[in-house]
Amino acid sequence: MLSIKNLHASIEDKQILRGLDLEVKAGEVHAIMGPNGSGKSTLSYVLAGKDDYEVTEGSATLDGQDLFAMEPDERAAAGLFLAFQYPLEIPGVATMTFLKTALNAQRRARGEAELPTPQFMKLVREKADSLSISTEMLKRGLNVGFSGGEKKRNEVLQMALLEPKLCVLDETDSGLDIDALRIVSQGVNALRAQNRSFVVITHYQRLLDHIVPDVVHVMAKGRIVRTGGAELAHELEARGYADYLEEAA
Amino acid sequence: MNAEVRPIRTAAESGLIEAFEAARAALPGGETAARLREDAFRAFAAKGLPNRRVEEWKYTDLRAIMREARPLVVTLSEADVAASRDLLPFGDVDAVRIVFVNGRLAPSLSQLNDAPEGIRIVLLADALAADAQHALLLEGAPADNAAIALNTAFASDGLMISVDEGVSVVKPIHVANVQTGGAHAAYGRVLVSVGKGASLTLVESHSGDPAGHQTNTLIGLDLADDAKATHLKLQDEGLGTLHLATFAARLAARSALTSVSLSSGAAAARQQVFLAFKGEKATADINGAGFAGGRRHLDSTLVIHHEAPGCASRELFKTALDGEARSVFQGKIVVQPVAQKTDGKMMAKALLLSNDAEADAKPELEIFADDVVCGHGATVGAIDDELLFYLMSRGLPKAEAEALLVQAFVGEVLESVEHDQLRDALSARAERWLRERD
Repeated sequence: MLSIKNLHASIEDKQILRGLDLEVKAGEVHAIMGPNGSGKSTLSYVLAGKDDYEVTEGSATLDGQDLFAMEPDERAAAGLFLAFQYPLEIPGVATMTFLKTALNAQRRARGEAELPTPQFMKLVREKADSLSISTEMLKRGLNVGFSGGEKKRNEVLQMALLEPKLCVLDETDSGLDIDALRIVSQGVNALRAQNRSFVVITHYQRLLDHIVPDVVHVMAKGRIVRTGGAELAHELEARGYADYLEEAA
Repeated sequence: MNAEVRPIRTAAESGLIEAFEAARAALPGGETAARLREDAFRAFAAKGLPNRRVEEWKYTDLRAIMREARPLVVTLSEADVAASRDLLPFGDVDAVRIVFVNGRLAPSLSQLNDAPEGIRIVLLADALAADAQHALLLEGAPADNAAIALNTAFASDGLMISVDEGVSVVKPIHVANVQTGGAHAAYGRVLVSVGKGASLTLVESHSGDPAGHQTNTLIGLDLADDAKATHLKLQDEGLGTLHLATFAARLAARSALTSVSLSSGAAAARQQVFLAFKGEKATADINGAGFAGGRRHLDSTLVIHHEAPGCASRELFKTALDGEARSVFQGKIVVQPVAQKTDGKMMAKALLLSNDAEADAKPELEIFADDVVCGHGATVGAIDDELLFYLMSRGLPKAEAEALLVQAFVGEVLESVEHDQLRDALSARAERWLRERD
């Protein structure tokens, strides 16, 4: 599904990713953990195509398609979804309008017909209900006046609606209380499927109690430095990242 | 020896002098009207077209913009009336419509006799013939302003509208101005008075073909105690037109005015707003949205006079600019010593969609009272890259993402229109600009 080879990337001439390799097979959930500054968020932005970052070496493909040859919107249409750590607020764009515009843009890009409004509304209501997102919230400006938890739920709603192949979750647990964490995790787990993969980026192990990964990677200084099973997360929680900071230095 | 100083006239100034000489005898009104026109024209001619050395016109140099004077249309042709039908906006809106084509009343398109109960609509020429000379006086706005002076001198077809005390007029009154055919000059003047406790929605539209027309329009609005008025303006002139517009309102005690304008047309446009708070606790919300691409020029100039205590004024102007377009916002709030407890806020925001677009903002406060809350602000910025990336990461192509963000930017202004059909029509016009960016 996702294949990253020897990825090097920098921002403003500062090298962040230094030879990162990652293979994620269809249906797998991979967690990437690591200390602050290890390049976890950079990885998510580079995959999604944020302008500020420059890929200096290496490759990333999604089902064989070269991600770096595509614009961010083309990557989305190809099946990549990034759940933002800090979802942005856009006053004046109603959440519902935004969802419809995004879904139809992707359908058009894939040569599919746009979804008629009644069908779309029904689909959104269904998915929103399961995430405890009210109709009133959908009418509000995108993320405007949403709490931290509501914003993250809204990210999961977008994910559920857009049905991507690969979901990258960037610190989705940050700023969430226990209840919000449960709702968000349930939403993500409901989307787990044989033909859908997840890369879950997190600093803390607690998210992985709810979204249980198949593989856990430790990232430090812009590379994957260790890979293991779900038990690796618990080890990290107990021992911290100090070992890896020294190892990679 | 004669040391007479002869000012050098530009072609446009000479053309205007000739046009006034030719037109004056046929302009409506008796002797008093003729004298008022003469005075106004002399005031204009003494100074000529304002240029960039005149403070209020620094950013909109009318002498440079207006190269020649277009002729007035004396008789409206049937062909022009027919052509104007396709250029009329708000066709679906249930309103009392009065249409001026090329500055001349088009009776076949107008519903002059369909005025609702409690409202009187009289043609300006008829009013002047009946000695209503005050139609040529405009209190609360500077008489020596070139645009106003020329309007006073030349205005022939127009309206006087009055709403009786306590009458709420539900159906909007739509004054449509359409320019079509050969390039010409058109003057329009509409004076409205809303009686005590009465209410009215006035819609003005300006549209036309792309020829180099010159329009000069004036709306005077008088609100009596406790009166309410909503004023909507669509400036969608053809892209060759020079549009000069004056909106002057006087507000008596506890009256309320809401004004929303969308400027989507004209090669160059100057929209002047003069507000005067004459009675206590009156309120005014003046919102404007504008779009310009190419080398177009949009000027919004506002002067808000607080002359009574406890009044509130809010102004919000948002402009999106592409190409080499330029916007000007000049906003002045003047608070007289008597106007204690004034609450005034003014904000101008410009969104630049290209590196060559330019936005100039000049907010001013002149406060002579000590117990007031007044503020102003101006921002100029480009589209936020973070927001753009967020939208693109959800599958929106760049152009679509930009359009959505611009729409959100001006949405704040357009959404202040309460009338559903009118709001939808303005939003649709905004969407079209976002596709064409002209």
